[in-house]
Amino acid sequence: MLFNNQPYVGQKKASLSLRFGAAFGILYLNVPLFFIILYAFTTEDKSFQFPPPGYTLKWFKIVLGREDIWNAVQLSLKIACLSTIIAIVLGTLAAAALYKRSFFGRETITLLIILPIALPGIITGISLRSAYGFAGIPFSSLTIIIGHATFCMVVVYNNVVARLRRSSPSLIEASMDLGANNFQTFRYVILPNLSTAILAGGMLAFALSFDEVIVTTFTAGQQTTLPIWMLTELIRPRQRPVTNVVAVFIICITFVPILIAYYLTRDHDSADGAGK
Amino acid sequence: MSEIVHSNIFSRISDYAYKNKNFLLLTFLLPPLAWLGIVYLGSLLILLMHSFFYLDGFTGQIVYEFSFSTLIELFSQRANIDIIIRTVMMAFSVTLGATIIGLPVAYYMAKFTTKKTKAIFYLAVMLPLWSSYLVRVYAWKLILAKEGIINWTFAKLHLTWFIDYILSLPVIGGPSLSISYIGMFLVFTFIWLPFMIIPIQASLERVPNSLLDASSDLGAHPRKTFYKIILPLALPGIAAGSIFTFSLTLGDYIIPYIIGTSKFFIGQAVYTHQGVAGNVPLAAAFSIVPIAVMAIYISLAKRLGAFDAF
Repeated sequence: MLFNNQPYVGQKKASLSLRFGAAFGILYLNVPLFFIILYAFTTEDKSFQFPPPGYTLKWFKIVLGREDIWNAVQLSLKIACLSTIIAIVLGTLAAAALYKRSFFGRETITLLIILPIALPGIITGISLRSAYGFAGIPFSSLTIIIGHATFCMVVVYNNVVARLRRSSPSLIEASMDLGANNFQTFRYVILPNLSTAILAGGMLAFALSFDEVIVTTFTAGQQTTLPIWMLTELIRPRQRPVTNVVAVFIICITFVPILIAYYLTRDHDSADGAGK
Repeated sequence: MSEIVHSNIFSRISDYAYKNKNFLLLTFLLPPLAWLGIVYLGSLLILLMHSFFYLDGFTGQIVYEFSFSTLIELFSQRANIDIIIRTVMMAFSVTLGATIIGLPVAYYMAKFTTKKTKAIFYLAVMLPLWSSYLVRVYAWKLILAKEGIINWTFAKLHLTWFIDYILSLPVIGGPSLSISYIGMFLVFTFIWLPFMIIPIQASLERVPNSLLDASSDLGAHPRKTFYKIILPLALPGIAAGSIFTFSLTLGDYIIPYIIGTSKFFIGQAVYTHQGVAGNVPLAAAFSIVPIAVMAIYISLAKRLGAFDAF
């Protein structure tokens, strides 16, 4: 494992074609987002004309006054918060149970946790919908939250399980040897060690839930979350400039938790391996 | 006094849990397992059950009786078979495209970055992965539009004939970039690319540098090292990434809806049958297809070592 974090020095520089390929991939992934930001300032409101004929800030002002958008934002935030909390509790518990001990059925349970994200979202969506219909449960914010928590769990699970595998079991043994009971060990040793991983997982779960649309379309009744508002706008563009601004807004609101998650796990992932 | 009693109770539970590891395991496992078992697995079973029910042609009501008629309907109609073939072909092309574009990025990230540039690369891959799916699809709608950047650039370079030529090709072409399979392919590949890069990068990081040194010491050109050393060792990562790109493309209905032609993909068929048509049994039968394809695919990928890649 020693060589993992060191650059490959045998060959000083990557070949030109490799550098070109890598640059192409990275640009392909990132450049499209810049156009959204550019278009948020365009004066053209009938088409996606490039280059924009002029620049203006007026669409931002219009969006600020739009009540339907703010309601959608509020609903999305509420759903993302609640499903993140459920996902944190369930995902952390699952990680604590599965990270070390091997027992009968462990593989199956691991598969079950990963399944909601390994199978296409539409499967999760339609199965939840048919189950709600079958059980006679009316659609509400709760039905959306149940769906979101199910696939957000795996994100928290992944983060926590990675941290648990990296942290040394002797810490827990030492705590027990020094006379702490399970609860004290949990409170003073395990939790501080896990907290950033849990928080990072939670942040990613939040980002995932905030802009989820496929499962949401199946589990929402009349509610309009922000992604659903966006989807109707994508299918039938009626207010292009307003949509552009909302898109910029969504970019901002999802980037923050992702960056926080990144900084929370950054040091641990490279440093903790040494303790093993 | 109360403090001591308090700690006694906790200690006693704690001691019990320590002696009976299964008790602790069960308390941890029960809540998530109950949730997934009841909410997720339960729903999935109800969905699968529905594919054995059928829709009464006269009343439009679902008949809750065991029958193969819905599954027979699914596989006997040419249009349905076409939808399945079309979707699987697209999923396959997207997987191939993502591998070709993702491999150099992953290779560069794993072997040619310093700690600092690796962090930048990592963010440049992770931010698009986690940022909004819809916003990214929307970005491509701006880019592929007739009056958008791509057509503008090609017009400036006097290359409009090239776009017209590509669009005139059978199958992949169409009336414009935003209503064609080539456009859809570009968007799908863009959206799922990070899912391919991350596992390949993880599997290449484990390749010892001495192996690459040995290859070049023995006189191999970097290109030969790539084909003989890197590519075979990246295979588990590619297999793992392809599970995502394949599965996500199979089930997506929003990209074909927004960028695609009027021809359906599996996801759209599921969506339309359960929504407008109210034919939940047929929608359920349709959704068995991706599950079955993925089951076959995952068992193949497992043989290639996909699950060792993480």
